[in-house]
Amino acid sequence: MADPAPYRARDWDVHPAYDYPAYGSTKHRAPKQPLVPIPHTLSEVTGPSFGPEAAPEGEADLTINARVNGEPMGERIIVAGRVLDENGRAVPETMVEIWQANAAGRYIHEVDQHDAPLDPNFIGAGRTVTDADGRYRFVTMKPGAYPWGNHYNAWRPAHIHFSLFGPGFATRLVSQMYFPGDPLLPLDPIFNASPNPEAMQALVADFSMEITRPEWALGYEWDIVLRGRDATPMEA
Amino acid sequence: MAKQTASQTVGPFFLYGLTPELATGIRYTGYTSEMLAGAATAGEHIVVEGRVLDGEGNPVPDSMVEIWQANAAGRYRHDEDDRTDVPLDDTFLGFGRTGTDKDGGFRFHTVKPGAVPGLGNALQAPHIVVCVFARGMLSHAYTRLYFSDEAEANGADPVLAAVEAARRPTLVAERMESRGRTVYRFDIRLQGEGETVFFDV
Repeated sequence: MADPAPYRARDWDVHPAYDYPAYGSTKHRAPKQPLVPIPHTLSEVTGPSFGPEAAPEGEADLTINARVNGEPMGERIIVAGRVLDENGRAVPETMVEIWQANAAGRYIHEVDQHDAPLDPNFIGAGRTVTDADGRYRFVTMKPGAYPWGNHYNAWRPAHIHFSLFGPGFATRLVSQMYFPGDPLLPLDPIFNASPNPEAMQALVADFSMEITRPEWALGYEWDIVLRGRDATPMEA
Repeated sequence: MAKQTASQTVGPFFLYGLTPELATGIRYTGYTSEMLAGAATAGEHIVVEGRVLDGEGNPVPDSMVEIWQANAAGRYRHDEDDRTDVPLDDTFLGFGRTGTDKDGGFRFHTVKPGAVPGLGNALQAPHIVVCVFARGMLSHAYTRLYFSDEAEANGADPVLAAVEAARRPTLVAERMESRGRTVYRFDIRLQGEGETVFFDV
């Protein structure tokens, strides 16, 4: 068979280096040897895809997917956007998974012992599959900030974790979405780990009146860009 | 051209989001599983197990390991693998995901993949693509698992050939028989002595 068209390289001017001393946990976990470059074979350009049945509709609404006896506490929000490649083309039918703290800044996870209440009606995890235009949309509660042990008085800015596949295993991405105007952003070593200030700011969602639904929830818009392939001459 | 969205760490709290099958049983996805193969899946059924270790040799108990592989015949379940002469297996997707336990351990139940084409139709030795995510890792890391009983194929593999000889053993899982099962042992050392080879994929 013909060689597969490679994806563009991971942009290390955008992605954080493994070794980033301001984020203390990198100290013993950052690979130190240089990455060995390899060409993209079938093994890299292929990857799992999951049909819509893997993400039932209710799983995109975190305010209902874990209800026990009422609505979760906090500020209901809508987070929506598109998954695109570097060429601006939609990435359709790809799984988007999210997880987050509750409105009080607490995760439902035994390791999280932050002195803030759990919410019996909120797990803080959801997933959806993008539509033909690469669009996704979640309804959730605005996550709270929370303290962590990285340095004295360290607080993570409010954020939502995102996990994406894209068309191949080479396009796999895990990232975090932040909220505009958060005073903790300049203080957070994880947010600041990207070497490129523009790429860092691109992790901050835009407040959107178009996504905001009257009398119901504020809307935030966040587009995600995965690696793309060089345009073929015909498409250029 | 749009800039790629920056990677951020998976953090310590991905359990309910990404590996809910390992949690308290209140949320399931059906696809985030360490069980890639069922009884009906064709091929040699194997267990892949190992530990994720940090630069001090300590277990990494909060990492996530994903694998992607061809089926036993060497075909990927993906549109771009359009070789109709190599059969798909309806029971096999080829994707696995699990979180490490308190000892840094992970385990997958799968089948040994067949050889797949490389560039220029050179054959690649059978292998599994492995991806590691963890708190303290701002970007995920790709590696590959090869099989110790494929010495000849490994010797001709173009990707292994790109790795300096002294470090190649970090990519080769050791075959052993344990309690009636074929187990391939594959430890992932993030840093330090015997650091696993990670690829700029």
